[in-house]
Amino acid sequence: MENDKNILEVRNLKINFNTYAGTVKAIRDVSFDLRKGETLAIVGESGSGKTVTTRSIMGLNSPNAVIDGGTIMFKNQDLLKKTRKQMDEIRGNDIAEIFQDPMTSLDPTMKIGKQIAEPLIIHKGMKREKAYAQALEMMKLVGIENAEQRINNYPHQFSGGMRQRIVIAIALVNYPEILIADEPTTALDVTIQAQILDLMKELQAKINTSIIFITHDLGVVAGMADRVAVMYAGKIVEYGTVDEIFYNPKHPYTWGLLNSMPTMDTTGTELPSIPGTPPDLLDPPKGDAFAARNKYALEIDTKQEPPFFKVSDTHYAATWLLDPRAPKMTPPEQIIERQKHYAKLTHKTIDQHKDTHVEEQEEQL
Amino acid sequence: MIDYSEKNKVLQVEHLKQYFNQGKPNEVRAVDDISFDVYKGETFGLVGESGSGKTTVGRAIIHLYEPTSGKIIFDGQDVSKLRTKQQKQHFRREMQMIFQDPYASLNPRMKVKDIVAEGIDINHLAKDDADRTHQVEELLETVGLNKDHSSRYPHEFSGGQRQRIGIARALAVQPQFIIADEPISALDVSIQAQVVNLLKKLQRDRNLTYLFIAHDLSMVKYISDRIGVMHYGRMLEIASSDEIYAHPLHDYTASLLSAVPVPDPEYERARVQIPYDASKEFDGKPRKLVEIAPHHWIRASEDELPMYQKRLEEKSRVKK
Repeated sequence: MENDKNILEVRNLKINFNTYAGTVKAIRDVSFDLRKGETLAIVGESGSGKTVTTRSIMGLNSPNAVIDGGTIMFKNQDLLKKTRKQMDEIRGNDIAEIFQDPMTSLDPTMKIGKQIAEPLIIHKGMKREKAYAQALEMMKLVGIENAEQRINNYPHQFSGGMRQRIVIAIALVNYPEILIADEPTTALDVTIQAQILDLMKELQAKINTSIIFITHDLGVVAGMADRVAVMYAGKIVEYGTVDEIFYNPKHPYTWGLLNSMPTMDTTGTELPSIPGTPPDLLDPPKGDAFAARNKYALEIDTKQEPPFFKVSDTHYAATWLLDPRAPKMTPPEQIIERQKHYAKLTHKTIDQHKDTHVEEQEEQL
Repeated sequence: MIDYSEKNKVLQVEHLKQYFNQGKPNEVRAVDDISFDVYKGETFGLVGESGSGKTTVGRAIIHLYEPTSGKIIFDGQDVSKLRTKQQKQHFRREMQMIFQDPYASLNPRMKVKDIVAEGIDINHLAKDDADRTHQVEELLETVGLNKDHSSRYPHEFSGGQRQRIGIARALAVQPQFIIADEPISALDVSIQAQVVNLLKKLQRDRNLTYLFIAHDLSMVKYISDRIGVMHYGRMLEIASSDEIYAHPLHDYTASLLSAVPVPDPEYERARVQIPYDASKEFDGKPRKLVEIAPHHWIRASEDELPMYQKRLEEKSRVKK
């Protein structure tokens, strides 16, 4: 591991899918870290590669997936080099996943008590009674009422929100170090979504797990994430802390994403939208994959892929606009508003630092 | 601006009840006594959680169901009293629907031009083959597709493009009223904005009236002139979209709004969700929709009215 604070390090991951139409380059050189105890959100449109990235961490990619290079380091071991049997030991134990659809991710023929106790029996070799007792505790923890009776119910006897609580209980029963949540609330109503998100935050604090949160809903990201990675066409195009991505975005794709979601204050006759559709990854375009949809594209974007430019220690973006030689561009109006807000925010924290500094000096005197 | 006068009403829903399995043990009261009006040229947003009955309302309006009781009056005519073939055909031309799932709502074995032209054929709107082709190509261009797309099959298109085909099909018979049932929920964020912009543009160009059914509250707020909030098959509050977001009167509306995630980390860190206790709705008191302020309706019992009036005064005072 390059850094002690990291629990997971993904480096230069490349994954292709062999299909009848040809080779789809689904992940094209993706690198990121996951720190201990943090929530990293990966956002992007469908087909941008967010799910394939996490499936590779879990070792759950479909058989036609070919790893074209890269490493996924977890506890000084490369997960990509593990055999299927070795991955079985890690999956559900050290790394667990909550899937999108609570209706299909539970076994309809198995009582939920057994489904929650199963990871304990398999991975920890626990006796049935003890595992069930712990399953009961877990059910109470995720907020299922009358847990003693409901432990013998089948999944169809629960509502969607309750089922997602059960899925969370199964994922967390072994206190995994990494939890992957792939659109865990997309299938739920907003009120239920808010409850599930609060529950996830609460449990994360309790058992100190790191979360990779996949979603396309930027509102959810703003509430859940510590850091955000934005993916487009099989690549990460920008990453930073949640404040940096929402208040000081640098990549035109991030601008487009933020603008195309109306907030409660959005008015006007037209929503700023991103024209066109994502590129075909059977034959990825040369240069910056977003160039064709980007009105801020430079000539070089069609020729050469942009490297990551550093914005701050925690914030990087892959766009030629950050190159010192690039012509000055004015971002869309709404983004300028966000950046003004960011300036205010950072000033505030600097002022606070100053204040404490002064106090310290006074104390010394 | 929308003309909210009596004569401009295009759709009146009066005490609509839609029960399934009526009289049986598994009876479901999907829609239970709902009334609202839609005015010409406006977008009426219908929001609610899954199971609130919003889709059933849409389907009952376009007469996919026979209402259990109540009336749906469209263009001055009761929809369930259309008897002659001409009356029915006229109604189906005037009202069209755009569906949620762009993958399931297009016949995979038909070419795009035949999907779009089905309504044209049924209503004999084309003089000859050349005219039919011309109309289809024009429609495809209107919705932002290419005329070469007309001889392809649905599977060759992305979700956003398919939804555009669905819109072109609805427009083919030149309707005045379109029911859009979660038309953008299945699409990606960047594509959602494109489709919403298209719907808004078509409304301006063709003076369309929309009934927009959705659960994505921020999108509904953006597209709608007025919004109705549904819960357990009942309409709880109706107001202009600005009013309902700025001064939600009903506890349920306030709770629903407080749960909407906003793409602003500072707001999210400070967010408090307002819980809602639904048991109050079932205390047996008779409730009905009352117009508490001009164009602001709320479902309340007699003894609750003073409370809502007070709330309204407090909220408008804060505004000043």
